[in-house]
Amino acid sequence: MAVFVAKRLATMILMLLLVATMIFLMFRTMPGDPTASMVDPSIPREARQALLERYGLHESLWTQYRIFMADLVRLDFGSSYFYNRPVLEVIGERLPATLILMFAAMLFAYALGVLGGAWMAWNRGTWREAAGITFSLIFRSAPTFWVGLMAVMLFAVTLGWFPAQGMRTTGYTGDTFREVFVSLDFLRHLILPAAVAGLYFLATPLLIMRNSMLEVMSEDYIEMARAKGLREIRILYKHAARNALLPVVTAGALFIGAAIGGQVLIEVVFSWPGLGREIVQAVTRSDYPLAQGIFIIISALVMSMNLAADIVYGLLDPRITYH
Amino acid sequence: MQAAQEQAPSPASASASASASPPPRAHHSQSLAALFSANLRQDRLALTGVVLLTFFLVVGIFAESLAPHGPRERHYDDAGRIRRLEPPSLAHPFGTTDVGRDIFSQVILGTRTALIVGFLAALLVTLVGAVVGIVAGYYGGWPDAVLMRIVDFFYAIPFIPFAIVLAAILQPSIWNIILAVSLLTWRTVARIVRSQVLSIAQRPYIKAARVAGAGHTRIMTRYILPNVLPLVLLEMAFMVNWAIMAEASIAFLGFGDPRLTSWGQILHLNFVSGYWRIAWWWTVPPGLAIILLLLSIFFVARALEAVVDPRLRNR
Repeated sequence: MAVFVAKRLATMILMLLLVATMIFLMFRTMPGDPTASMVDPSIPREARQALLERYGLHESLWTQYRIFMADLVRLDFGSSYFYNRPVLEVIGERLPATLILMFAAMLFAYALGVLGGAWMAWNRGTWREAAGITFSLIFRSAPTFWVGLMAVMLFAVTLGWFPAQGMRTTGYTGDTFREVFVSLDFLRHLILPAAVAGLYFLATPLLIMRNSMLEVMSEDYIEMARAKGLREIRILYKHAARNALLPVVTAGALFIGAAIGGQVLIEVVFSWPGLGREIVQAVTRSDYPLAQGIFIIISALVMSMNLAADIVYGLLDPRITYH
Repeated sequence: MQAAQEQAPSPASASASASASPPPRAHHSQSLAALFSANLRQDRLALTGVVLLTFFLVVGIFAESLAPHGPRERHYDDAGRIRRLEPPSLAHPFGTTDVGRDIFSQVILGTRTALIVGFLAALLVTLVGAVVGIVAGYYGGWPDAVLMRIVDFFYAIPFIPFAIVLAAILQPSIWNIILAVSLLTWRTVARIVRSQVLSIAQRPYIKAARVAGAGHTRIMTRYILPNVLPLVLLEMAFMVNWAIMAEASIAFLGFGDPRLTSWGQILHLNFVSGYWRIAWWWTVPPGLAIILLLLSIFFVARALEAVVDPRLRNR
């Protein structure tokens, strides 16, 4: 197990360096003048040259790459053109918001998906199952950002139940993590975006749970529980559902990558001050050190989630051995 | 869903493996079509999907003649004022935008963009994915190891951030969106096709063909491809959906082709204008169009899925 984790960690670091190389090359070897996307070409020549030298863009590609990688290994992502602050600092501020929203959405999708999937399998062949499948497919087919717009229109603007945007009430400024995130006001802001993102992810745990339940339900021990005369709901959730969970956990790893990428849209719609919204703004402002830094961090997040899920999978199923 | 498919053991070729020699390709595709249409007759959802999809195809093909107005044309009332943010009426079934454009016409023209992006990107993705999957699964050994590491690499790249960076560096255009989708999505198809090929490559008739002196290319195209074709087609259907959704998302974020009318573009302008909170007629139609198109493809894929996985047939 330890060897497996160490091996996977090593691969992950290698992959991250490759991703960093790719994003480095993307920004610097594109057709036309590669510096045009980084330093405004319309400003006076001397000023431009000075800026290029300040950011080290006048060096050869290879030198730039060496400096970039050396900095990266020391976790130095350079400084943001727009904020004039270290990229890592900006990322550090945005990361908690993104992580909390992501986990809240996953929690929502998994709680609803696991319970609902088990219930659908139990009601197999009835209108209830068909309704469940249709419901989840509709939310899978609906663009998340559009569902977000609709949710704000309905629950925030028309009904006024939830705030329409942001993480805290406008005008509030908190400095410490506790001040910003540990409050009822934050929770109220979290519900709508987390539910919208969760509804999009719902189809995956729901349908996998249903399929896996269908297989478990034909096992002997379910027959046995029935013969003992246990209550339906008890057999459903205590005996069958527990054993059907494994494939749902594995699938979680596979779609978590899409989850982080897709969250960009939710953050934009809800003006959620996380990494996703920041990368969109950074790209729009041609703030390439920031865009580059966020890109690498998001990739790292995706990879570590996959690794974590692999490990959990191994802990849950004793039949799996690592080598 | 994809994880479930990856786990599904050797679909499709249960019939093919029973006979020692592979069935000729024409016969195979014929039976595929027959199975598909048989499913359509049984499955009302799949039939609904086909009808809806046909509707979208017709709207997409004849978009220019069907749209009553140009997408950028501004409309004025009798007093010469711009018809700003008008709710649906007979003249403008989906109302007007903040600069007096006809939303109904925009949605119709957006259909074509969605279909072009969806089908072109899906075609590219499945082509590359299927080739990589077949080569990796058939040869095994180091080609397999190298190709699968590349697949792993592409799994680590988050799609939306990648697509917006690409769109910002190259000029925002529909081709660059197709490029972004193709670059990052072929890995899924490759992985699924590969695991299918791994089991097919062990079948007796493949060994027989090899003994009989068939070359690698011949085995891959004549013996393996026909057997993974249903699976590839199914994946392609999912990829069409994925590509349409991707285009809408990128355009919504403002990195779409500004000269082109697309559903994501309509929603982008709607969002940026700030009127989305009150002008529901501007926000609802493009979103509903996306849902209906994607659902119709899901339902068609359902009938295909039953062809691919025989276990599903009696569900």
